[in-house]
Amino acid sequence: MPRPRIATASLAGCFGCHMSLLDLDEGILELAELVEFDRSPIDDYKEFQGRCTVGLVEGGCANEENVATIREFRRCCDVLVSVGDCATMGGIPAMRNLVPLDECLQEAYVDGPTVHNPGGLPPGDAEIPRMLDRVYALHEVVHIDWHLPGCPPSPEAFQAALTALLSGEPAALPPGLIRYD
Amino acid sequence: MSESFTFYIDGVPVEAAPGMTILDAAQAAGIWIPRLCWHEELEPFGGCRVCTVKMNGRSCAACTQPAEPESVVENDSVALREWRKALVELLFAEGNHFCMACEKSGSCELQALAYRLGIAAPRFEHRWQAREVDASHADVLIDRNRCILCARCVRASRDLDGKNVFGFTGRGPERRVAVNSDARLRDTDLDVSDRAVDICPVGAIIRKGVGFTVPIGARRYDGAPIGSDVESANDELESANEHTEGGAAATVRQEE
Repeated sequence: MPRPRIATASLAGCFGCHMSLLDLDEGILELAELVEFDRSPIDDYKEFQGRCTVGLVEGGCANEENVATIREFRRCCDVLVSVGDCATMGGIPAMRNLVPLDECLQEAYVDGPTVHNPGGLPPGDAEIPRMLDRVYALHEVVHIDWHLPGCPPSPEAFQAALTALLSGEPAALPPGLIRYD
Repeated sequence: MSESFTFYIDGVPVEAAPGMTILDAAQAAGIWIPRLCWHEELEPFGGCRVCTVKMNGRSCAACTQPAEPESVVENDSVALREWRKALVELLFAEGNHFCMACEKSGSCELQALAYRLGIAAPRFEHRWQAREVDASHADVLIDRNRCILCARCVRASRDLDGKNVFGFTGRGPERRVAVNSDARLRDTDLDVSDRAVDICPVGAIIRKGVGFTVPIGARRYDGAPIGSDVESANDELESANEHTEGGAAATVRQEE
């Protein structure tokens, strides 16, 4: 029987959730025996290799590329899990939601006290994904099956959720594993 | 005790004295009713509605509703848990609660309640409306982004500190905690030792200079979920009752 495939990605996140997944210690070896990693920074596949059982996505949607990525994950994964506070509610990047986008760009690329930008304009190269008006939680963009909050979610939370999902059980976290910090 | 009477919370007989609220009687019997604005040192406010229960089928705030003899109160039911969950999620959607960067995290009653109610992610769209921060005072700051309008600071300053430092201004979504007219916090006679400072259930009123001094693992709700202190009193009661004829019937706590 082929092993279930897992895909992971970090959108508007800091990779801290991926670090916490790696922090399963020797549990990561058991996990590697049970599953096959598909598209993921862990094996550096940039494209999906096949249909995946579980998609773990860290970070919210801050730009158009994030939206395209989460939509592709939704298309390619049976079960999609938002991982970490940035994915579940926007997190630290969503602090910019309190300020209009043009003001954010003006401060970051024009007016900021340490900015050196002779052009005087925020970067607008076509290669750079355009930013969204605000940062969105993943479930605001596509359907999300389970949420794994935390900054980052503890290795125990990953373990509980993955163990449940790989045995076809619901991945609702028990209250003791729900954390927002 | 002669005038005390019995009523029922989720089928458990609870004793109350006349005038006692449902929440007070439950508290004394070791039954936890979730709440945010209620505080044992303050007059009840009935603001957050998280303590909503059904008395004889009608919903009411347990912190303001007096218990009545033989009444039947529904507390820990699926329907009420869902209502409370929605109320707490609305508070998260209305304010700007970035727990991952908040010095109250781990000791915050709103956060602890969300954990206990099993809220993994907010289901309502956030308002994302910036609110005022007042860091003018030397020892205390107000971050209204985290305020849930529970009025604990308003009541504590008025009734415990005798100062009236805080009040409300504005209506509906514009309602906010104000300090004495248009003044800044530094212009008031608020002192860092006032009860109004530490009584804030969230990270809205914060002591300066002590953030993040308590390590993760030792914070208020790191060990046991919110409400378990009330319920462990119940466990003690039950084990005490095992030695009597009454069995598991909850009684008014004798000490205190």
